[in-house]
Amino acid sequence: MSQVTRRELFPGVWLRAVHTNKFKSSYLSVTLLAPLTRETAGANALIPEVLRRGTAVHPDMEALSAALDELYGGAIEPAVRKRGETQCVGFAASFLDDAYALKGEKILEPAADLLCELLLKPYTEDGVFSSDYVTGEKANLIDRIRAQINDKRAYAAQRLTQEMCKYEAFGVDKLGDEETVSAITSESLWERYQELLREAQVEVYYCGSAEPDRVAQALKEALSGLPVNENRLDPECSVRVSAGPEPIVVEEAMDVTQGKLALGFRTGGQTCWEEDYPALYMAVAVFGGTTLSKLFMNVREKLSLCYYASATLERMKGLVLVSSGIEFDKYQTAKDEILAQLEAVKRGEIEDWELEGSRRTLIGACMSTLDDQGRQEEFWLGQSAAGLEESPKEFAARLEQVTREQVAAAARKWELDTIYFLKGKEG
Amino acid sequence: MEKLEFARVGESMYHEKLANGLNVFVFPKPDFQKGYAFFATNYGGMDMRFCLNGEWHNTPAGVAHYLEHKMFDTEEGNALQELAANGASPNAFTSNDITGYYFDSTEKFEENLRILLSFVSVPWFTQESVDKERGIIGQEIGMIEDDPEWKCFMNLMAALYRHHPIRVSVAGSVESIAKITPETLYACHKAFYDPANMVLCVAGPVDPEHICDVAREILPKEAGPIAAKDYGEKEGPRAAQSLIEERMEVSAPIFQLGWKGDAPVKGEERLRQQLLGELALEVLLGNSSPLYAKLYREGLINQEFGYGYEDSFGCAFLAANGESKDPEAVRMAVMDEAARIGREGVDKQLWERVKKGVYGNRVRALNSFEHLCVGQAQAFFAGYDFLRFAELFDAITKKEAEELIANWVTGERTALSVVRAKEET
Repeated sequence: MSQVTRRELFPGVWLRAVHTNKFKSSYLSVTLLAPLTRETAGANALIPEVLRRGTAVHPDMEALSAALDELYGGAIEPAVRKRGETQCVGFAASFLDDAYALKGEKILEPAADLLCELLLKPYTEDGVFSSDYVTGEKANLIDRIRAQINDKRAYAAQRLTQEMCKYEAFGVDKLGDEETVSAITSESLWERYQELLREAQVEVYYCGSAEPDRVAQALKEALSGLPVNENRLDPECSVRVSAGPEPIVVEEAMDVTQGKLALGFRTGGQTCWEEDYPALYMAVAVFGGTTLSKLFMNVREKLSLCYYASATLERMKGLVLVSSGIEFDKYQTAKDEILAQLEAVKRGEIEDWELEGSRRTLIGACMSTLDDQGRQEEFWLGQSAAGLEESPKEFAARLEQVTREQVAAAARKWELDTIYFLKGKEG
Repeated sequence: MEKLEFARVGESMYHEKLANGLNVFVFPKPDFQKGYAFFATNYGGMDMRFCLNGEWHNTPAGVAHYLEHKMFDTEEGNALQELAANGASPNAFTSNDITGYYFDSTEKFEENLRILLSFVSVPWFTQESVDKERGIIGQEIGMIEDDPEWKCFMNLMAALYRHHPIRVSVAGSVESIAKITPETLYACHKAFYDPANMVLCVAGPVDPEHICDVAREILPKEAGPIAAKDYGEKEGPRAAQSLIEERMEVSAPIFQLGWKGDAPVKGEERLRQQLLGELALEVLLGNSSPLYAKLYREGLINQEFGYGYEDSFGCAFLAANGESKDPEAVRMAVMDEAARIGREGVDKQLWERVKKGVYGNRVRALNSFEHLCVGQAQAFFAGYDFLRFAELFDAITKKEAEELIANWVTGERTALSVVRAKEET
């Protein structure tokens, strides 16, 4: 059985530990929770990448990889995520669980030390980050920002949020933008790094076979170099209730063979903090969240209007985002059909199998979170960023109670805000 | 049932061959919420030419994948929806070698398993439904053909191999799928979806005997004939062409650099070659190799860099891929490093470290039921047990890795595939 505990290691520095024997690995992550802003997003995203290049003890990637190989091929990856209007930057690590070490050696303590060494003891030159590392990682980050265009499905979804939330923090990409990244220097990045260590709320996550006390002890020691601050920032997220009077339409042309149509809705202020959040969650699933959903069954399967059509929820921001891949000339038909399906949900035209099927799928996904260390970490990071403590099991229990009328009522508040269409070049 | 213990990695596996020829493998996982079932046939995108009951068939590219799409149709409706209505997440994939159908579910596992076994073993195609699917698959083909990474990889296959069917896209092309009829699908189902050509792997909080009982109940009672496959004439070691380039919408040039290996033999030797190939790549250009650090430092690769050993029936190759402003320079650097290893050998400490690392990664990967079950299914078709790697690992020597690099990483076995941006600035 597994047991979840949460405790404060230092002011604003939290450890969530999942104690379980079911995995071959132990999972460890340290995440700094910073407000998402246009000015700082690029630098925040760059920091873990530069840190990952070398530490005072292991000055280059070769030395770091060697140290990881010694820990049975552990992986420590820079992680940059977005939860609502909070940018979550840090490292996620997976190590062989102590139980499978060939000579019975401990892996947790040296792994925690290495992870926190990356965060707190960077390789420096003249008191700031190495300019080589900063230059190299800036170029990599800019490449990644430019490469977002390669995956057209993700690109369309990203462009939709950008356009829809132009005047909100949520419109900022988790990687920042090319312009701000280009302007970063070793000195300015160092300054941002110090600020982040001092001000951000820190979330530490562990999942594995070690007792929570042992984990807390190991992490307290490993993180002892963090500056002490009684007033670390709480994550925040603003919510715009309504769409504008008319949907904004944005079209872009590129050399592609398949069009991408993305629609953004406002949920009318419904978010994960509301009591009837499970109904909103179900409504998105019934509309377009599963293979039983209206979008999948009708727009894709029955009418063959697109290769894929699905809806996702930004639960803190109160957005429902629809993503689909279509033939260029199906723009109007596909859009009309997607909206017609939503109207059906709003009218409560939901068959039993649609409702119960979505419920079973969501509950299954919720419960199986417990079977995957990475997904569990994602789940709890999301909860921490939202200031929620509800477990997957507790949320699953609430999903059992949602009625058809509640689902329809949740969908009735949605308003179409923005339409994004990626089409082919003329001729 | 036969019970195999793999104590070193903390796994046990139950195995039984049923009277109808189906091989069943079960990994009991009492602490988990979800169960996972994988039902696969030894039939993939490469198997276009085959012989059944003395008659040779030449089928168009993309049939295995088309069949995978249509198998979910049942006389009553659609199994995908049936499973989803039970909260299961069903899906399927077609690779070069195999076609696999699977689901995981935290509830009603047995009922879901019955549905899975039933829809995969009972075909139901109509002209109308087969024609309708052409649009959906055509869209899917359009989507993957827009994907520069996919294109870059397929180009590498075309550059490495002269005629081996790994060169052909699993999904086929819009032209090749135009020829597929319900009769094609029925014929291929008959040739390859016999229990004796299939395997069922299950992991989860389940009773192994009970899984066999369900399979006995749902599936045909007796084994039928199995088709013989033909991949054409054996490939020589030389790459078909050294360089292949294409222009698409990408932000930076992407590349696939490959080395044609010796085709793997059947049985545990195949697993051994896999481990050896992985270790050779680690010492040559892996994350803790001197070359990787150098390439990264010089800005010739970035964190998109990846590498792997891959094999299919009749072919095996090493490949490294990523983004680079100068893919030719990456090729040169790897060839130089291989030459250096040829002269000086692999550093002993690096070897020991890398072995520990690869071992740990393999063990950690076993967290995934999918990895475990798909791994065992593929391993079984290739003639070994997936979890045997833990025992084989110790005996692999540095010298063998050096020899593999010397034999495979040579100019004539190399091909480089590059996709560049449309307008170079």
